[in-house]
Amino acid sequence: MDSTNIGYLVQLAFIVGAALFVLGLHLMNSPATARSGNRLSATGMVIAVLAEVLLVAENGVQPINWVIIVVGLVVGGGVGLRLARTVAMTSMPQLVSLFNAVGGGAAALLALNDFVALNGQRVLAGGAPGLDGWRTFFILADVLIGSITFTGSLIASAKLMGLIRGRPILIPGGRIITWATIVVGLSVSIVLILAGAGAVTYDSGVLSILLAIGLACALIFGITMVLPIGGADMPVVISLLNAFTGTAVSMAGFVVGNVMLVVAGALVGASGAILTRLMANAMNRSIANIIVGGFGAGEGSQTELSGVGGTVREVSVDDAAIQLAYASKVIIVPGYGLAVAQAQHGVRELASLLEARGIEVSYAIHPVAGRMPGHMNVLLAEANVPYPQLREMEEVNPEFERTDVALVVGANDVTNPSARADRSSPIYGMPILDVDRAKSIIVVKRSMGRGYAGIDNPLYANPKTGMFFADAKKGLQDLVTAVKAL
Amino acid sequence: MNVSTLLDSLTVFVLAILLGFEVISRVPATLHTPLMSGTNSIHGIVRGGAIGLAATADNGLAYVLAFVAMVFAGANVVGGYWVTDRMLQMFRRRPVPGGGKTGAEKPAAGTPER
Repeated sequence: MDSTNIGYLVQLAFIVGAALFVLGLHLMNSPATARSGNRLSATGMVIAVLAEVLLVAENGVQPINWVIIVVGLVVGGGVGLRLARTVAMTSMPQLVSLFNAVGGGAAALLALNDFVALNGQRVLAGGAPGLDGWRTFFILADVLIGSITFTGSLIASAKLMGLIRGRPILIPGGRIITWATIVVGLSVSIVLILAGAGAVTYDSGVLSILLAIGLACALIFGITMVLPIGGADMPVVISLLNAFTGTAVSMAGFVVGNVMLVVAGALVGASGAILTRLMANAMNRSIANIIVGGFGAGEGSQTELSGVGGTVREVSVDDAAIQLAYASKVIIVPGYGLAVAQAQHGVRELASLLEARGIEVSYAIHPVAGRMPGHMNVLLAEANVPYPQLREMEEVNPEFERTDVALVVGANDVTNPSARADRSSPIYGMPILDVDRAKSIIVVKRSMGRGYAGIDNPLYANPKTGMFFADAKKGLQDLVTAVKAL
Repeated sequence: MNVSTLLDSLTVFVLAILLGFEVISRVPATLHTPLMSGTNSIHGIVRGGAIGLAATADNGLAYVLAFVAMVFAGANVVGGYWVTDRMLQMFRRRPVPGGGKTGAEKPAAGTPER
């Protein structure tokens, strides 16, 4: 087969690969078919990579380049495999952030490599003929967005791993640094694009330095963007960085003229954008507001409630068990506190006991429960909760009125009725789970500490509410024992 | 980069974004975490581009950049698909796919501690 035919074959393989990606994503519309969807997508990836190897082999590859390719793939694949097999489900957000970082980083490196090659040939320096201003534009878009994603995701990951404090970190002069990096980064980019288009002429060394400055700005911007954002805003940050990575990959596709990259990047970008919007809506905050950051006191704030108004009623474990055991419909409202306490298995055990008594049990999941979109669902699925019991907010909210007991475990702000009623509340307008409409409410909580937003929750002073003060894991175990004894 | 290549790529880009919005809007919230890790592996396709560049690298800096890009993209793809499969498998292994509405036939305290 001559090389033109190989080229066509590779193009066809790319189309097949892209189609398999889309079909795979389509199958993700139901948990029943999602696994085959993921495999379809993986098949598309194998086809695309094989096609790429075929293409480069056809053009002739030096032994050292084969070594780089094979060793790079084996080392990277091994690291990825090890991470994927050992990671705990509670750590998924960190892992996804890390993959985001490497994806953005790889995309940026592609463009950097391209720039180095072009600049080495003095294509840019000499004022390239034709449209190399465009090429420079895509190179810069890729390098800048990819680098922001790289450091931003690393910081997000470090925050989620607890290597950096989760609460908002405000660096003195942080905002000035952020703006400085934006201004300098954009100015440098404009000069580089003009140089690429041949409008101005610089020595290739100068151009390299300019690109290095732009790169540094993007890397710093990624850090100063994510540092001030608090832990509970992480679902938005992770989604946004995901959208960035997708965009960077698309730009890389423009740079190296690979349509497959353009498609894959666009799909990821769309997914990230959709999730970002969903998360921001679920918090009733604009994306800009979240990025500006510094919201809330952060988790672990143990400020005592002051302005609840009214008294708080405490229930004993036996009372709570009786309430649950003689209900006919129970909705469990899990929050991130549940995951922190590793209490999802305890919740499942309690639910099984109640179901064995003929009680209808389901789980009400707020979109921002957990540290990334859909995180809580994965944690509960791991604890063997059937997915039809995992109910989304809009779907489950009308059911609270018919619910005998709403059991709140480790959730706070997403159950705060102030979001509906109190115009002066910082979370006013945020969609919440209408837990207070249930006939009775049991809140499992360590103490009267505030949630992420650092505000009081009138739910606790509601006469229908019983507070069961305990660590989530221990408390649920006690409840299980008490229900068994009935 | 000539104008027609640019326009071709732009066409594909715009259509792919629209398609992505259409398909991904239908993914239920339950599956958003696997969706993210799955799309994360899809963008590991930068590996494809990295192979092309790694094959043509011809100086020290380019070797290093290409190698790092290969490692990054490799980790991204393999790890991403694997962990997504691991998650989706948990969603699939349902005791009673119809949900636990009646639940009476279920083992009372059979919580698997894995």
